[in-house]
Amino acid sequence: MAEPHPVALIVEDERQIRHFVRTALEAEGWQVHEAETVKQGLVEAGTRRPDLVIADLGLPDGDGVDMIRELRNWSSVTVIVLSARSDETEKVRALDAGADDFITKPFGVAELLARVRANRRRQQAARTDASEIFRFGAVEIDFASRVVRKSGQEVHLTPIEYRLLGVLAANAGRVLTHRYLLREVWGPSHAESTHYLRVYMGQLRQKLEDDPAQPVHILTETAVGYRLVA
Amino acid sequence: MAVTPSDGRPDPDALLAQLRGEEVRALRGRLRIYFGSSAGVGKTYAMLLAARKRKSEGVDVVAGVVETHGRSETAVLLETLEVLPLSQIEYRGRTLGEFDLDGALARRPTLILVDELAHSNVPGSRHPKRWQDVEELLAAGIDVYTTLNVQHLESLNDVVGGITGIRVNETLPDTFFDAADEVVLVDTPAEELLARLEAGKIYLPAQAERAARNFFRKGNLMALRELALRRTADRVEDDVQAYRSDRAIAPVWKTEAALLCCVGPREGAEHVVRSAARLAQQLAVAWHAVYVETPALQRLDSTARERILETVKLAEELGATTAVLPAQDAATALIEHARAHNLSKVVLGRNAAGWWRRGGSLRRRIAERAADVDVIELGDGHRPQAEVKGDRTAERRAAEPGHESWRRYAWAVAVCVVTTLLAVPLVGVLELANIVMLFLLSVVGVAVALGRGPAVLAAFVNVAAFDFFCVPPRLSFAVSDVEYLLTFFVMLVVGLVTGQLTAGLRYQARVATHREARSRALYELARDLSNVLLADRVVELAQQAIAREFRARVAISVLTQDDRLQPPVPPIDDFDVGTARWALDHNREAGLGSDTLPGSAWLYVPLKGPMRTRGVLGLKPDAARFLMVPEQRRQLETFAALTAMALERVHYVEVAQKATVQIESERLRNSLLAALSHDLRTPLAALVGLSDALALSHPRLGDVQAGLADAIREEATRMSNLVNNLLDMARIQSGEIRLRREWQSMEELIGAAIHATRRVLGERHVTVRLAPGLPLVECDAILIERVLANLLENAAKFSPADTPVEVAARVEGDSMRVSVADRGPGVPKGQEEAIFEKFTRGNAESATPGVGLGLAICRAIVEAHRGRIRVEAAAPTGAVFVFALPLGTPPLVDPADEVDPEPVR
Repeated sequence: MAEPHPVALIVEDERQIRHFVRTALEAEGWQVHEAETVKQGLVEAGTRRPDLVIADLGLPDGDGVDMIRELRNWSSVTVIVLSARSDETEKVRALDAGADDFITKPFGVAELLARVRANRRRQQAARTDASEIFRFGAVEIDFASRVVRKSGQEVHLTPIEYRLLGVLAANAGRVLTHRYLLREVWGPSHAESTHYLRVYMGQLRQKLEDDPAQPVHILTETAVGYRLVA
Repeated sequence: MAVTPSDGRPDPDALLAQLRGEEVRALRGRLRIYFGSSAGVGKTYAMLLAARKRKSEGVDVVAGVVETHGRSETAVLLETLEVLPLSQIEYRGRTLGEFDLDGALARRPTLILVDELAHSNVPGSRHPKRWQDVEELLAAGIDVYTTLNVQHLESLNDVVGGITGIRVNETLPDTFFDAADEVVLVDTPAEELLARLEAGKIYLPAQAERAARNFFRKGNLMALRELALRRTADRVEDDVQAYRSDRAIAPVWKTEAALLCCVGPREGAEHVVRSAARLAQQLAVAWHAVYVETPALQRLDSTARERILETVKLAEELGATTAVLPAQDAATALIEHARAHNLSKVVLGRNAAGWWRRGGSLRRRIAERAADVDVIELGDGHRPQAEVKGDRTAERRAAEPGHESWRRYAWAVAVCVVTTLLAVPLVGVLELANIVMLFLLSVVGVAVALGRGPAVLAAFVNVAAFDFFCVPPRLSFAVSDVEYLLTFFVMLVVGLVTGQLTAGLRYQARVATHREARSRALYELARDLSNVLLADRVVELAQQAIAREFRARVAISVLTQDDRLQPPVPPIDDFDVGTARWALDHNREAGLGSDTLPGSAWLYVPLKGPMRTRGVLGLKPDAARFLMVPEQRRQLETFAALTAMALERVHYVEVAQKATVQIESERLRNSLLAALSHDLRTPLAALVGLSDALALSHPRLGDVQAGLADAIREEATRMSNLVNNLLDMARIQSGEIRLRREWQSMEELIGAAIHATRRVLGERHVTVRLAPGLPLVECDAILIERVLANLLENAAKFSPADTPVEVAARVEGDSMRVSVADRGPGVPKGQEEAIFEKFTRGNAESATPGVGLGLAICRAIVEAHRGRIRVEAAAPTGAVFVFALPLGTPPLVDPADEVDPEPVR
């Protein structure tokens, strides 16, 4: 840990869920604050200056997505959203509003902590400036020479594939929504052409994954987006 | 009236009718008739040759009934074919062989040979005529080859009779002949035929040999041959015309030239009807035949009326639309009917009107009143014998007035006697001129009260009485003053005219009463049926009303839910459910007076509702003749339609009630499920997390406690999955499910599903085999991932932990086939369908967890995508769940997008 006592804020109306999230985080050395409502959450976020916000989307006094949007106006804090299954539109809304990641209820402590760590790592990596070389599994991307290798063998990527991989790598660990990826790689005019993504993701997996049908790094978050896991 | 488009395009209605006709024809068998001028031309031989050729082509040919008449060459041909055994029918102590219709229907060949189309079946067969058997074979989709001689054609029957002097009783309706798909003319010149007759090659029944020898005269044969040739030519012309209208070369049938045939009361009417049928056929127009029943004709005796109705029925068989019109005046009724039905030609027999008729002949009266109507007058056929017979009947009729009319005449005489008794004492007191008034009054009174005949009688009796008792010299018929002759004459004329007028009025009043009674009966039944909600009550009301109206026993047999005919309640002995079923299945009347089993005591009328036939109405009238009047038949049809409609309405009321109850209970269940699921989910999420937190808490738990914490977590997770499934099912069932279709990669969905179920799959090895170049498929990604995840979970649940699971996808036809195979015990035989039902598991006693919602959800989702899901057995063990999604045309990925001018950051 780079900082001795990172601060986390839990915004959740269910006491028991707050309780175990708190227990789990404190065991990892976090200092944890709690809030039950949107209003309280924003106040806490403003005063405590947290490094991490874990927010439920269904809060008694309003929409969690609105809170994230508000928060993003003045903070770049990592936001992880808690959501129920079958709420993919909500997840996309939250991610588009600025959330970094989501966890689907019910979730275990291990799952929660893994997400927290991954996001924290990315945050720190961004802070310490990206290195010239990005690695995941047997793959390495050399941004300086624009070369991608797998197990030391150079892999030929088309310009689009390379750009797609670049965007994924730059946000490694984070869920990138379809809309975001399309805008970043193809430009705003293609924001709805999700089949482009499906085709190119398939090609990337074919070239970079050991078993493209059971990918380990380039993961699909169905109906939400994609995530590169190092 | 159909307007014929002038631009040469076929009339859309006509085209539609033609299409419908083709549709019907496609289902029906095809009929080919071998048509010849007389016996011995070789029709059967030609038919057998053709059949043998078809058989060699591999067609399933059966000889239903073929008469070889002992001809060896024909018998040889027949040997190569399968011959259907004849059915044996008992008739008057003898057993007669007859074509076995049921046997033929059961055997169901592609093509059947049925010789002698015009043959009359042995009484007791299903149909009286063989052509009706053939009709049923055709309706069953069996092709039929048959033979026919020209003299058996209904419309040519009397022409042939006139030429040869021999009348044939076995006739075939022209409509049936015209409806045949093919007619093959088998033609042999007269000389050759005679030569064959000499050589003994033509079979002649021994007892009729002399008559037949007479028949086979050269002149006859040539005339018959000409008839056959001409009739075939007419048909060919029809075919050409049909072909033309197919090709839009010529406009379709003109309807404006339609014929109206007036059926007269005399015997020659039959000939007129036949001629009209021929005329209509030659002109290629529709035709109507009507019988106008004037008051005079009402008084005909029952045999004459029956014969008229037979003639009307003959017209119907010859293809006419028929009606019996009660009216005061035939000309007016005919003109009205012609105008109402757009018929521009009226066909009359020459002596349809007698010299005594007011205003001259019917033809002249029609011509005077309707200048736009063409009147065609036909000869009555030379049959002086028949005329004489007709006159005799008329005499007999006059000589034998009915029982009731006797009484009326007696009354008339009584009135005269009373008048005379009253008048005699007044002679001398009053002027004779005034006494005449008394007699006159009594004639008028008789006319009004008793009708024309008694009035005429009263007129004569009164004249006589007046003369005898009042006019000097009294008590003598002698007349002193010639002036009184005028008095007698006036009295007589007044009596006759008043009688005539009142009789007409009475007749009209009776007709009106009948009509009113008919419409009232209909109206009452309609009103009664309109607020009935139970089928039993509909049946009861209809039975009562119809029994009243038709003076008959009535039984209604209703079709039940499981397509059975419920026998009438209370049971009736001679109501034949078999015949009723036949009427239902063929949607045609059967039994009494119909074409099928006409000897039956009951008439079976199908109850045709707008959607389907709802049952059968059985009717056993007190007088069968009653049902022969077309109006009565129509009335019966209306009653049947009304009943059918009421039954149908009641049926749908029941259906709607059931549906409402079902919808309500479904909605209740779904909202309950949704609420439950939601309230259960939150605490379960907490439980999973809390048990985890407990396991990871400090100080570390002991092994036992850690195990317990883990178990809590497992159970909570399971419970949570269950609740999720319940919620999914509730959503799917409430119709809330909306597909968010996008073009998805199956590889990606499979990957995501395996990732999501990794925990359940454990260490199991999952192989994914995807056909190269798999296209994108348009589907809802979340739902299809759920299907895959459920199938994977299922595989994990029902197969040993160390066995592999295989997922495969490939294109098969126009769909993508995705399968998930395990090496478990497989699905028990017979359960393949049931496991996709809610709350079903392969083995009810199995300890393996899961309520069995997973597969039901899979099916609902796949079916929402218009796909199919099923389970198959895998080799050597295990189950393969296969689902198929329809493929579309995925959008293109523009390769130009690959050309990327911007450098990568």
